[in-house]
Amino acid sequence: MTDVGRGQTESSSHSQIESNNMLVVSGLGVTSQNKRVLEDVSFKVKKGTSLAVVGPNGGGKTTLFRALLNLIPYTGTIKWNDEVRIGYVPQSLVSTDLPILVEEFLRFKRRTNYEACLSSVGLDKAILRQSLGSLSGGELQRVLIAWAIVDNPSVLLLDEPTSGVDIGAEEPIYEKVNHLKREAGITVLLISHNMHVVMHYSDYVLALNKDVLFYGDTKSLTHSQLLSIIFGSEFALTEEEHYKE
Amino acid sequence: MDTITLTLGIIVGVFVGSTAGYLGSIMVSRRMALVGDALSHVALPGLALGILFNFNPFIGAFSFLATTVIVTWYLQKSTTLSVEAIIGVIFVLALSIGILITPKVDLLEALFGDISKITLMDTVITVLVSLFVILVVKKIYEKLIIGMISKELAVANRIKVESINLIYLLLVATIVAVGIKEVGTLLVGALVIVPAAAAKNISSTLSGYSLMSAIFGLMSAVSGVILSIYVNVPAGPLVVIVGTVIFAGSVAINSFSKRVKTKRASTA
Repeated sequence: MTDVGRGQTESSSHSQIESNNMLVVSGLGVTSQNKRVLEDVSFKVKKGTSLAVVGPNGGGKTTLFRALLNLIPYTGTIKWNDEVRIGYVPQSLVSTDLPILVEEFLRFKRRTNYEACLSSVGLDKAILRQSLGSLSGGELQRVLIAWAIVDNPSVLLLDEPTSGVDIGAEEPIYEKVNHLKREAGITVLLISHNMHVVMHYSDYVLALNKDVLFYGDTKSLTHSQLLSIIFGSEFALTEEEHYKE
Repeated sequence: MDTITLTLGIIVGVFVGSTAGYLGSIMVSRRMALVGDALSHVALPGLALGILFNFNPFIGAFSFLATTVIVTWYLQKSTTLSVEAIIGVIFVLALSIGILITPKVDLLEALFGDISKITLMDTVITVLVSLFVILVVKKIYEKLIIGMISKELAVANRIKVESINLIYLLLVATIVAVGIKEVGTLLVGALVIVPAAAAKNISSTLSGYSLMSAIFGLMSAVSGVILSIYVNVPAGPLVVIVGTVIFAGSVAINSFSKRVKTKRASTA
């Protein structure tokens, strides 16, 4: 068990988490600038499964990831499996104006398998000589996924990996992630606004709006039910009509 | 100026120039160029205390710079203020105190440096400190770059971003402190920024960028020192002028290569 709390962990319990679980979160709370951003969030993620985190803007999705990465103080407990190796794919990069080649970026990991990782996300090795700042949104996200999987992580955390990516380029990225999950047994935690992606590529859903709106099997819900949980029934019906058209 | 002093000045120029340029490549990329410039002025009160109480001004300058770095780092962590805002406040205060307490006769030397007063001990300290700074930067370079690209990415890779940033700023403070004797407090910041800005204009790889920054820093510092003998003015302003000429050249090269690329693309 790996307890990654930042000194504000309420429980100091060191009981083992079940070996088939990759992550157990209980009673997680986050306060930012005197406002409660997350309240009493509890869920588990089984090894080799995928969990989609959904919710309205400001609902606490990215805050949850930041707590999972131990970037911010929180209350409650976050317990990762002992064998956890986290690969993180951010929504975007803060600085891409640095004159840095894709090859130089990947070399930071000191692994020799980066060409194979590029190939597994559908990129040709010619991209190695391109500057990180010159890549399209889709190419950059794939490079970030390749960077994350170079170390053979057991968990991939993807924070809206296709934001800023052309609509046509979204699907192949999720296909690659799904492939990695199936072939390498990687556990996937994914933030997405795209309900189609959530319904197709996740095994479980965690709907957040400060507290947990829904947590369970994706297959137990229809697209419309999920929208209704997140945004209310009126919005869901409008969306359903839209899909029928 | 005798040959020995000139040689010492050139040695100091080689080490301070290249180290400041190398450090600057990170500062310019972090969009903290003004921080490097403002930070250098903070050394003035420490330098003045060294002159007034007859101890090595390097120690006084470094103490003030290191304290500023630690206070800035702490305030940045514990408030919502940006580094630029915090250093901006401390910088004007330090410059004011420095100008008030520096003896008038030494003020010009403190502000613009005096290469003719560099001693063998100064040179040895500069060489050792520069080598130490380069070694530490090389050790943390990749972590700094990853933290710069994305803090979340760095933390997920178990990089202690805050600590690495503090070490980096302390290294900048160190090289600024040793560069003061040659370039002066008012202009030493330029030695960190200008060569790196020039290198960024013409670099397409990270390794090329850091190497060019170091080379441009070295060229500016050494040329400034040599020119100062012929025109009989302090080396500091000349170092900055040479650096700016290199920068102008890099802008011209950058714009020329862009034009060539556009022409090739339109004919293809």
